[in-house]
Amino acid sequence: MFIITCPFCGERDQSEFAAGGEAHIVRPKQPTELSDDEWADFLFMRKNIKGVQFERWNHAHGCRKWFNVIRDTSNDKIHAVYKMGEKPPIK
Amino acid sequence: MKNNYSIFSLIKNSLTYHENWQQAWRDPEPKKEYDAVIIGGGGHGLATAFYLAKKHNMKNIAVVEKGWIGGGNTGRNTTIIRSNYLWDASAGLYDHALKLWENLSQEINYNVMFSQRGVMNLAHNLQDVRDLKRRTHANRLNGIDAVWLSTEEVKNFCPIINTSPDIRYPVLGGTLQRRAGTARHDAVAWGYARGADSMGVDIIQNCEVKAIKRSGDAVEGLETTKGFIKTKKIGVVAAGHSSVIANMAGIRLPLESKPLQALVSEPVKPIINTVVMSNAVHAYVSQSDKGELVIGAGTDAYVSYTQRGSHDVVEGTLKAILELYPIFSRMKMLRQWGGIVDICPDASPIVSKTSIKGLYFNCGWGTGGFKATPGSGDLFAHTIANDEPHVLNAAFNINRFVSGDLVDEHGAAAVAH
Repeated sequence: MFIITCPFCGERDQSEFAAGGEAHIVRPKQPTELSDDEWADFLFMRKNIKGVQFERWNHAHGCRKWFNVIRDTSNDKIHAVYKMGEKPPIK
Repeated sequence: MKNNYSIFSLIKNSLTYHENWQQAWRDPEPKKEYDAVIIGGGGHGLATAFYLAKKHNMKNIAVVEKGWIGGGNTGRNTTIIRSNYLWDASAGLYDHALKLWENLSQEINYNVMFSQRGVMNLAHNLQDVRDLKRRTHANRLNGIDAVWLSTEEVKNFCPIINTSPDIRYPVLGGTLQRRAGTARHDAVAWGYARGADSMGVDIIQNCEVKAIKRSGDAVEGLETTKGFIKTKKIGVVAAGHSSVIANMAGIRLPLESKPLQALVSEPVKPIINTVVMSNAVHAYVSQSDKGELVIGAGTDAYVSYTQRGSHDVVEGTLKAILELYPIFSRMKMLRQWGGIVDICPDASPIVSKTSIKGLYFNCGWGTGGFKATPGSGDLFAHTIANDEPHVLNAAFNINRFVSGDLVDEHGAAAVAH
């Protein structure tokens, strides 16, 4: 349980948001060219980091917009929030 | 050699005020080299070590645990045991475990308080009714006991359930597996630890793995907080932290780790005679032998390793509990906690070899690993000892995510999470 600062609406309780999982997984440009291993990697394999992770969130019970969050999964502290299409403010 | 636990040892030790019981397991320093090392001293890891020593005669092995044994999900679950899974592969796996449970206290000479009080799954809408009836048929075809109960039969079996048609999600029936039930979770870890230790297995607590050493495509050993341990076989049974170990070894897993919560009430006299699970409204409840109501909530939707979980998840579960059991409305909850569960995309586990020689993973049990503890240990031990899976865990290999041959139990098996 934590507070997320929606880049459009401001500070809201986490229960207003839907978690969208790991961020920056790029959909393959030419899916027909992919091997089974590459498909599995894209579809199923996840970093599942204990520590600082980049992820997508959706303000489901608010503005319904998607955005990115950099969060430490070991203590749920949020380091940064940035809009879709923007470069991460920290590495 | 361990002294046997029996009525006679109990009487004998009562004469000395129970001050001279033999230590249940040793506290050894790690040796330089083992034939195999298990990472993770929970129920599954200790069971793996136990069956490696007992059935495969591998006695020069160790279990390394970063905390204390049974301090992770083994001591954090709601102790439900059942095998009423939909698909054939799952039915084989979980019923193998259930059969081992039935004789486990004798096998490990430790009372795990296995109680076959039955598990009832409720249906609250027409789709639930269809799904649960289908699962009942599938179970019976696989030789697993299952019956469909009408609303009246549900009420007869567990009278405190509110079966009024007026509630938000009325009870339209349910399924019952009578052989299912509960066990004392700590005793499972302690019993397996004691059994493995008595056969020579080193159980090394407070020993965190820092790195997995490889030479080419084979494992060489592991770096720990208690120094380097050389070994050719590593079995990873790290539950929520499986991805952390996988990162050390340089392989990718299809897992997401999320907090799953449970809570217990103040103890009361016996009031609920079975385990009742309800997928649709997401509430499940049983009563421990101490008298506490043991209530399971859901997982949080996001990845987290915090072992806490969100308040709104507990709130949602308790709302459902109160509607189904109005008699609990003035119960006080005593404790709440979270465990980190590693969930696969198909809600089935991975008990498998990997692309690295000598590295084996037993993970992805998600929200329902406790019930499988003996079977998981037995089959994983077989996989490690023979470098080949047993026929019962062959379907639970890591390559199913590449081949597409998933064992999709999400929702199918009344998995309440």
